[in-house]
Amino acid sequence: MTNLLSLTRMRVRLALRNKMFFFFSIVMPLGFFFLYSAIFAKGIPTEVQFLLGPVLALNVMGSFWGLSATLVTFREQGILRRFHVTPATATDMLVSSILANYALTLPTVFVEVLLAKFLFHVPSLGNLASLILLVSIGTISFGSLGLVIASVTNTMQETQVLNQLLWLPLIFLSGATIPFTYLSKTVQHIALFLPATYLVHGLKLAIFNNQGPNQLLLSLGSLTTWFLLTLFLSSQLFRWEPEAKIPRKAKLYVAATAIPFLLLGVWEIRYGRVIAEEKVAVQRLDNAEKSERRQKQKEKQDNTDSDQPDDSKDP
Amino acid sequence: MPNPVLQVENLTKRYGDVEAVRGISFQVNEGEVFGLLGPNGAGKTSTVEILEGLRDADGGTVSVCGYDPRTQAGELKHEIGAALQSTALPEKLRVMEALRLFAGFYKRRRNPEDLLKRFGLEEKRNAFYSQLSGGQKQRLALAIALINDPKVVFLDEPTAGLDPQVRREIYDVITELRRDNKTIVLTTHYIEEAERLCDRVAIVDHGKVIVQGTPRELKQASAGKTRIEVRLAREDSRETLSKLEGVTDCLALNGGYALHCQRPPQAIVSLVKHLEAQGNELVSLEIATPSLEDVFIELTGRRLRD
Repeated sequence: MTNLLSLTRMRVRLALRNKMFFFFSIVMPLGFFFLYSAIFAKGIPTEVQFLLGPVLALNVMGSFWGLSATLVTFREQGILRRFHVTPATATDMLVSSILANYALTLPTVFVEVLLAKFLFHVPSLGNLASLILLVSIGTISFGSLGLVIASVTNTMQETQVLNQLLWLPLIFLSGATIPFTYLSKTVQHIALFLPATYLVHGLKLAIFNNQGPNQLLLSLGSLTTWFLLTLFLSSQLFRWEPEAKIPRKAKLYVAATAIPFLLLGVWEIRYGRVIAEEKVAVQRLDNAEKSERRQKQKEKQDNTDSDQPDDSKDP
Repeated sequence: MPNPVLQVENLTKRYGDVEAVRGISFQVNEGEVFGLLGPNGAGKTSTVEILEGLRDADGGTVSVCGYDPRTQAGELKHEIGAALQSTALPEKLRVMEALRLFAGFYKRRRNPEDLLKRFGLEEKRNAFYSQLSGGQKQRLALAIALINDPKVVFLDEPTAGLDPQVRREIYDVITELRRDNKTIVLTTHYIEEAERLCDRVAIVDHGKVIVQGTPRELKQASAGKTRIEVRLAREDSRETLSKLEGVTDCLALNGGYALHCQRPPQAIVSLVKHLEAQGNELVSLEIATPSLEDVFIELTGRRLRD
């Protein structure tokens, strides 16, 4: 336990001294937040609320980048082997990576939520328990994905290529950038096989539809399963030595990890719950905007009505 | 009765087709500085990494502080300290933080402040690892190796790549450890290091121990024999050269010859006369006092750093 905590503390410290961390984990997520809230949502509170889920999901998902890069650098430079000769275990290394990543991601998420509330005045932050749970499980499961990436790549270059390859479908298909309902049916079906979709979807329902954890079991359950699988995978594939080969069983394990999501995807395509819920959310946004517009028009009319008599009095 | 802290018997290790360790055996007693001397790729690092629990052996038995590194690595790691080859610490970790971090891993630990002082790193306590010089990095590595007050310390090529002055600094540190009666296993390809620091040395080549003993015992094999290394304009025969007056034997070495002789002046005179008679010429001549290098050359016919 002490090993775990010392390693976590070290990782947090090192990240805070790293300029790349500042850019990728603070500047970029906040940049996305302002892009979404001020430009895409035009600062309209209901729309900011609608987009808050996807924006937080982007932040949470992005955490696998830094984690995989750090671990691969540690291995390449022979830092891991120095730890290997101490009583620290592979589990200590892996779990401390996830904990540090969690501690480093949470503050930005918190700041984004505060900005949404006090700068953009969103009508509500939805169900806070769901929000906290999803952000937490999302951060640790995507952190765990970073561990797997670090395990299956040999050099920093390979790691960055794989990160890119995973990042693009994660952000474009999951609904985190392009709204899910805008995607074609085929693409929607592909997206249903991605764990990221369930994170974006869950966050949207939690914030915009005010759904409690008991209504979000699909998202929570699938992300938890994914976390356990990726953590198991990374513990099986972990390598201390730079020259150590990826075990042959690696591909088999990676394939096995995909099975639950294949099943989930097939099931979702058949019953279409996510797609239906996404449509409902968009409708709610439309309705909310319409009623807001009506409200404003009414207010305007009231104003002009009350102005009228004054006008008439004037010569 | 000496008390062996470390026992290795018939150790083997292969990487694919390469047999790195081919039946190495030795034991190290408490308080002893034991050296594994040999050229790069002789199997020293593999052997040490097996003893540290970093790699699994393919065959043989190993006991370190009474533990089997393969099955009891967890317990073993509390008892050993190590300065590894090709390792590093995170660039942005400060010296004192590194010492504290590593101290935190062990049940038994020494005061990081004392080690900082002892290894002359007090002024660098807040420096990042990346800001340290090669010698400072190595001193920090040694300090970390001692942080758990280990029963056995493994130093894998502790001075490789360091300039001579820094190397001497590290020798002083190790000599001090020796005075503290620490059990140390040291690998090196520097003759001077082995002769100067080790109580006993095993010379390793091609994954095997070719000879072991105290540096003095080993040198006794070539005791009183000076080595004269010559290069000639034309080739000569080893037999003829070894029959010259004052020469005890002759080996072909790196395109030249190494003559071992009891009385060097006489050997040189007879060599020059012989060459004159043959119409051959001397290109270079070097006289070396007996060292472990001679032991290695005699046993393998090669120089240590070929």
